[in-house]
Amino acid sequence: MNTLKKFLPFLGVVITLAVHLLVPDSDEHPDAEKPYFAWILYFFLGATFFLGVLSLKVQKLGKYFERTGPFWFGTGVVVIFFNVVIGKLALIPVLFFPKFDNILAMFFEDGVLILKCILYSTRLLLTGLFFGTVVGFVTGVCLGFSAKTYYWLNPYIKLLGPIPATVWIPIALTIFDTPYAASVFIVALAVWFSIALMTSSAIQAVPNSYYEVARTLGASPAFQIFRVGIPAAMPSIFLGVFYGIISAFLALMTAEMFGAKYGIGWYIIWQKAMMVYSGVYAGLIVIAVYCTLTLTLLFKLRDKILNWQKGIVKW
Amino acid sequence: MVTENTTTDAKDFIQIKDLVKTFVSNKGETITALNGVNLEIPKGSFVSLIGPSGCGKTTLLRQIAGLAAPTSGGVFINGKKVTKPGSDRGFAFQQATLYPWLTIRDNISLGLRARHIYKEHAKDVDEFIETVGLKGFEKSYPHELSGGMNQRASLARALVGHPEILLLDEPLGALDAFTRMAMQDEILSLWKKYKTTMIMVTHDVDEALYLSDYIVVMKARPSKVESVIHVDLSYPRVRTQDVFVNYRKQILELLDFAGQVQEPEYYL
Repeated sequence: MNTLKKFLPFLGVVITLAVHLLVPDSDEHPDAEKPYFAWILYFFLGATFFLGVLSLKVQKLGKYFERTGPFWFGTGVVVIFFNVVIGKLALIPVLFFPKFDNILAMFFEDGVLILKCILYSTRLLLTGLFFGTVVGFVTGVCLGFSAKTYYWLNPYIKLLGPIPATVWIPIALTIFDTPYAASVFIVALAVWFSIALMTSSAIQAVPNSYYEVARTLGASPAFQIFRVGIPAAMPSIFLGVFYGIISAFLALMTAEMFGAKYGIGWYIIWQKAMMVYSGVYAGLIVIAVYCTLTLTLLFKLRDKILNWQKGIVKW
Repeated sequence: MVTENTTTDAKDFIQIKDLVKTFVSNKGETITALNGVNLEIPKGSFVSLIGPSGCGKTTLLRQIAGLAAPTSGGVFINGKKVTKPGSDRGFAFQQATLYPWLTIRDNISLGLRARHIYKEHAKDVDEFIETVGLKGFEKSYPHELSGGMNQRASLARALVGHPEILLLDEPLGALDAFTRMAMQDEILSLWKKYKTTMIMVTHDVDEALYLSDYIVVMKARPSKVESVIHVDLSYPRVRTQDVFVNYRKQILELLDFAGQVQEPEYYL
């Protein structure tokens, strides 16, 4: 039974490939230059078989596939379902729902451009994230520790913070010289609010006893801020970064839709404008993988820095 | 001698003079937590503050620590008025209150780091880890250890800077009965070893009798010092000894908890 589970991913690919090869595509779809979907399936066929054999030997991998085997098989079934509905029977308009071959063709034939877009988006994301995090953190620390700052600034922040960052685009475009600078501003703004909010509320929620302990040990006010208050608030600050990145993705995609030369958001809009829906789907796949990888990386970083408190938010 | 209302100004004493502390409650009423307390505590003694909830014993301890300002009067240590917390007074809180992001060792050495004297006292940290029986757990995080172990780390943290005075706010209150008795012995041996003046708040009459040479009995509403009992017994004390039981009776009577044999109104 457990051996079967280890080969379930392989079996999933086998039936997906079988259905794909045995049932002809609908004539309504334009043909792709090469059978890209079959290529991909051949690759997975080899990969899953190899991993299946390997998991018989490597215990950790074996455990992983015993747990996830059924899921990967289920993924095969989902893929078959969409392949039949879209590619084989063309039950929904082929213009808006291209078959897999045509979507994959975008990666093979337009790959360089897509890669360029990913790099461009990454540059924008990192720059915006950097400024947003730094300014957000400083804002949060000031609001959290200084009652005066909180009194004078917090009402404005409460008023301005919840406005979706993208609404500021028309204003950002007039303030900044280049569309790129405006995009950075929008991404940074999206990150800033959630980090500032989470940081200040976390610092205010630090139990008073933490500071009392520090005071009885002869700690200076600076020590209490940097070695007690901020570390205690770190888990919530991290959550702020997490929410910040999610709103940054949204801001990023929207920001790229004006005046950008490259970028994943720009790519999707451009493809849509040209009615190349296979390009739109290719862009969506890139975004999904991109965002998931970014968040996975973030949580790996969290487990390293905040190893004293694992698994508050699971990813 | 711990005495009430003395006017000696011997330097080595902790002197508490006409100490008044009032709070304003949420409803706007003024609550008197300490109503003119006078007390003197000799160096090196072990003093317990005991009394019902609301008698101000924790407030008094926090005053000695300098965690809150007095309304009037004051606490004087070596003749100097206490205005803020200082490293001459260690404080062990009711909850261990270790920082969860630091290892046990880093928690214990926190005070030394805060005062920038860690390097020259790194050996002290090891010594105290050994003394409180946490060797081998230096690199653990507080959530990985039991409540008793955390409380020991908290004691080590308070003691590692060699304070002259250790203030203990029911440090054993959150522990189970067996861990508690074992910890009482550890506190005694720490006291013997480092000659620290110990001032401990407790609810537990037996604990106070087992540990202290002076017991300050306090009463609530109005909160004041009822009396000071000198426990003239040698250490280690035996909880079942007759003298011990007599002291116990005396304190319970002062606290009005001795209980009386009441004549039932009806017989069946």
